[in-house]
Amino acid sequence: MNRIIEKKLLAQNIYLIKVEAPRIAASALPGQFLVVINDPKGERIPLTISDYDKQAGTVDMVIQQIGVSTRLLCSRNVGECYSSVLGPLGVPSDFVKMSDEELKGRRYLFVAGGVGTAPVYPQAKYLHEKGAMVDVIIGAKTKDLLIFEEAMSKVCTNLYVCTDDGSYGFGGLVTKKIEDLLANGKTYDQAVAIGPMIMMKFVTKTLQPSGIPLTVSLNTLMVDATGMCGACRVTVGGKTRFACVEGPEFDAYQVDFDEAMRRQGMYNAEKVTSHTHKCKIGRE
Amino acid sequence: MQDRFTRVKVREQDPKVRAHNFEEVCLGYDKDEAMLEASRCLHCKKPMCVGACPVNIQIPDFIEQVKNGDFAAAAEVISRDSSLPAICGRVCPQETQCEGKCILGNKGEAVAIGKLERFVADWSRENGVRFNECKPANGKKVAIVGSGPSGLACATDLAKAGFKVHVFEVLHKVGGVLQYGIPEFRLPKDRVVSKEVEALKELGVEFETDVIVGRTVTVDDLMDKEGYDAVFIGTGAGLPRFMNIPGENLNGVVSANEFLTRNNLMHAYEEGYETPIYAGAKCVVVGGGNVAMDAARTALRLGAEVTIVYRRTETELPARREEVHHAKEEGIVFSMLSNPVEVLGDEKGWVRGVRCIRMELGEPDASGRRSPIPVPGSEFDVECDVVIMALGTSPNPLIASTTPGLETNRHGCVVLNEQDQTSRKHVYAGGDVVTGAATVILAMGAGRKAAAAIMRDLLPQE
Repeated sequence: MNRIIEKKLLAQNIYLIKVEAPRIAASALPGQFLVVINDPKGERIPLTISDYDKQAGTVDMVIQQIGVSTRLLCSRNVGECYSSVLGPLGVPSDFVKMSDEELKGRRYLFVAGGVGTAPVYPQAKYLHEKGAMVDVIIGAKTKDLLIFEEAMSKVCTNLYVCTDDGSYGFGGLVTKKIEDLLANGKTYDQAVAIGPMIMMKFVTKTLQPSGIPLTVSLNTLMVDATGMCGACRVTVGGKTRFACVEGPEFDAYQVDFDEAMRRQGMYNAEKVTSHTHKCKIGRE
Repeated sequence: MQDRFTRVKVREQDPKVRAHNFEEVCLGYDKDEAMLEASRCLHCKKPMCVGACPVNIQIPDFIEQVKNGDFAAAAEVISRDSSLPAICGRVCPQETQCEGKCILGNKGEAVAIGKLERFVADWSRENGVRFNECKPANGKKVAIVGSGPSGLACATDLAKAGFKVHVFEVLHKVGGVLQYGIPEFRLPKDRVVSKEVEALKELGVEFETDVIVGRTVTVDDLMDKEGYDAVFIGTGAGLPRFMNIPGENLNGVVSANEFLTRNNLMHAYEEGYETPIYAGAKCVVVGGGNVAMDAARTALRLGAEVTIVYRRTETELPARREEVHHAKEEGIVFSMLSNPVEVLGDEKGWVRGVRCIRMELGEPDASGRRSPIPVPGSEFDVECDVVIMALGTSPNPLIASTTPGLETNRHGCVVLNEQDQTSRKHVYAGGDVVTGAATVILAMGAGRKAAAAIMRDLLPQE
């Protein structure tokens, strides 16, 4: 259990890791996530599921090394085991409740940013297999940080790659690409944005005038990720919700992104790190 | 000879020392102290203590054996009614249960029943005294969901009755609230909790961590696909409540569950563990139960100055008396008859204080306690950088929402009938998931009742 079956470097500091987790693979659906613990002294790290194989009994996750715990997770090799892999957690994407007839021909726009591209993949794949029309925008800072381009191209109708620095594909932010698509007469029944909180905030602003329903997947802080602690509290439609058990996906137009971004940085604040010497996000 | 009305004092860590460590506060009796304390018991013809114990331990009988120095015999008496004496001896609210009814309490101090129970349990563990006789395997398989007190107690009785028992736990360590909720300084994890779990493994009980029943597998999967004859739900009450006041989502406001989970389950207080925790320089804890005391005393040990804000008076504090006493000794400030109305933030969205209002006590409410009423215009601010909300918890709705036909009440608690059955055949439940947040001993008692119901329903009647 929890054995690493495959490990692939996708881009600088970004790994795809496939683990043996038959129970999770059997019940996973698009939109759900895992909690992974490296060793008995490690943190509980929430990670979105980027693919699952019920037959092989494996789940894939994509991890970007941004702090001590993610670096530890990425330092493990094929054949080694994580001490815990829990899941699938959270409510699956809304569309898994829709019938095949409803999904056939339904037009989706996915906006993926950075490692947020990984959780978009199982959603696009699911919808593509059901005959939906799926357009995907992938945004990356630069060409070298682009992930999932080839895999994604196989599960969507149109793939638009954007790089912030113009080193590959469309030069500019994903929001600019969205504006272009809408200006060229593209219409969608549903949009989904997954990526950094700041990207989701601006995608929400960009799409709001269009009236296209937009779902976002919130990567908040979590400890247990089962509804027990409330570290993941977000304000949605003026109400406090727990992203771990009521999300992670919410109606983007109802989310208080500024609060969510502030809360996400809670344990990075100088007064916390100087006090605890524990959170080492962004520090070598 | 000990004075009949005065307790043998139990040794404790000095408050000034223990305020800076997580070692157990109470050091417990040694043999001589235990025998001396046991000699105070009057052996009442109609012992009131037994009736006041939620699981009716034959208290005067075990105390008699302690007095005689036959601790193994004392342990045997306790084992007939309790499966977790080392834990209950430490965390039961004895002053409102057994000790509250002790006749000696009328004129002096009640017999220290809890401390004697703890002594017997610790002595048995250290001396390898166990009561492990199991009936031959009966071929029936039961899944226990949740490894807290109710699940452990249910598993113990079923294993002894010959069932094959498999316990599923959602977290990465076994014990539920004993692991994530109650701090090390009140309930040592390696020395006590893990040993209880090991004893269960010796009975043949299997544990599987990191399984979230309702998501990884459902209750129906367990019965239909994995061949369990019955499922016991002992998932507790883990969902924290908040006050729904302005500023509650500011940085620095956490639930007691989050704070204690970071500290206890994730060992944030210990060097070498990765999980961060922040108690601030000044910390306000809202609430008056055991969880509030645990959070406050944990924050204190992490270096904060701590104030407990509670809306009633000290008389109404629901926490164990010993915890309140220990908290005060350690230097925690109690601000009674005060209730937060707003959490105040700075320009960066961090907590800078709590605005409270003074309360006065009015008529008794449904709980029998006098209900607190705000005094108009009496607002005052308490400066702090962390606020811990310890306002109680309710059952997690996940299992109820993924188990069709499982009846719950308006509080989200699973409903039992008089035969201790749920509305679903061969699905049982007990502990906080049925009663709402209560005590370890009540959960343990409920786990044992459920085990009895499972035996009645699954085994041929003799």
